[in-house]
Amino acid sequence: MFRNQYDTDVTTWSPAGRLFQVEYAMEAVKQGSAAIGLRSKTHVVLGCVNKANSELSSHQKKIFKVDDHIGVAISGLTADGRVLSRYMRNECINYSFTYESPLPVGRLVVQLADKAQVCTQRSWKRPYGVGLLVAGLDESGAHLYYNCPSGNYFEYQAFAIGSRSQAAKTYLERRFENFVDSPRDDLVKDALMAIRETLQGEALKSSICTVAVVGVGEPFHILDQGTVQQMIDAFEIAGEQEVPATDPDAAAGQEAASEQGAAADEGVAPMDI
Amino acid sequence: MNFMASKQPENSLLGPEADSQRTLYPYVTGTSVVALKYKDGILMAADMGGSYGSTLRYKSVERMKPIGKHSLLGASGEISDFQEILRYLDELILYDNMWDDGNSLGPKEVHNYLTRVMYNRRNKFNPLWNSLVLGGVKNGQKYLGTVSMIGVNFEDNHVATGFGNHLARPILREEWHQNLSFEDGVRLLEKCMRVLLYRDRSAVNKLQIAKITEEGVTISQPYSLKTYWDFSAFANPAQGAVGSW
Repeated sequence: MFRNQYDTDVTTWSPAGRLFQVEYAMEAVKQGSAAIGLRSKTHVVLGCVNKANSELSSHQKKIFKVDDHIGVAISGLTADGRVLSRYMRNECINYSFTYESPLPVGRLVVQLADKAQVCTQRSWKRPYGVGLLVAGLDESGAHLYYNCPSGNYFEYQAFAIGSRSQAAKTYLERRFENFVDSPRDDLVKDALMAIRETLQGEALKSSICTVAVVGVGEPFHILDQGTVQQMIDAFEIAGEQEVPATDPDAAAGQEAASEQGAAADEGVAPMDI
Repeated sequence: MNFMASKQPENSLLGPEADSQRTLYPYVTGTSVVALKYKDGILMAADMGGSYGSTLRYKSVERMKPIGKHSLLGASGEISDFQEILRYLDELILYDNMWDDGNSLGPKEVHNYLTRVMYNRRNKFNPLWNSLVLGGVKNGQKYLGTVSMIGVNFEDNHVATGFGNHLARPILREEWHQNLSFEDGVRLLEKCMRVLLYRDRSAVNKLQIAKITEEGVTISQPYSLKTYWDFSAFANPAQGAVGSW
């Protein structure tokens, strides 16, 4: 992406019919550290990579509980993510108070998307620079949604956002057909494997990642470090056979993806992906 | 001297609020609603009377209405306020349907929404002058609750409003049990409504019984209860009475 004369304002269209400010906001999401989500019929798992700035500092919180039945993982400008999480918590609690019933996640996601859209059509605002993976339960089962700065939202079986997310996406694409009937623990293992893909060879430790689960009969909660480390240990040894097979694929897949990414920039507006 | 009725003293501090009035008393009212849970859902009964003070003025007032797919609302008290509540619920259900997303408001949600509405109005000293009964079935779960004009709300296996609380509930406490059949439920409700007809001066002998199950709502055509007035105490009511009344 290069600077041009149509990118100063969010309310200026380019001749090709693009809003560059919105696309730049989506770039911010791509630069954030990775977040992944996957779901079965009854559970949804969110995971993210937590890189601290230095050894002295703590890492940023990127997974938020919104209600007992909804949680969100963010990537991009975490400050924007916190504000949106607060909005989501507010909406959930107001609905619960009025109706004594949990807010269906599908409706929350639409409200969130409409809120993001407003920022793409006001000259005095800027789009939110954060992508949200919303995991939740409602009457019709378990759901995973991705909310974009553009105001679009999509439902997914599994998805990954942020830097080096293509590696995780490739892993998830290979395995997603099995997720629907996966038991909860297998889903968490798959999430950890997907996170590992984004680390590019760096060792997966519970200190650099966060995993959260929500499911039928299981309110949204973040797994504690001890549990996560146990699960990593449980499959890291077994995983060694897989590693040689996945690495070349992941490396090749990534190179191809970045080439395609550069070519696509001049063409289709990424907001529609 | 100005004798015109004025509700505001001259040094009122109410400001712009002073022009609108608050509910002070009801005009056209409905009497008791009685409801119970039975095997397949909820049964509710209410007569079709709309009293204008002590005059039994309107005799075809439908005091029970279906709400959405899963609920049934019965009301006693001010009829115009009931109509206002129906408008609120109509809008609520409309927006719920417009989502078109497989989620829908069930009886518990409607009951809680009504509780919020009634309580908030009470806090503004401008109540909707009704006692409401909300029953329904969703995903096999039966729900029966009530809300009063001051926002008191609760759920139970059988509920009633107004005089029904004093005359019908004791009968229901004795004779209600889990898994009543439809016929037994109707018989029990009719027993309650008959007592109300004899003893509540605002009752009229034209009632409807409504049923709500997983399949949906049915409200019966209006009909009358058989009554017996030849009890010897009625024939000569003053016989054992001492004094002029």
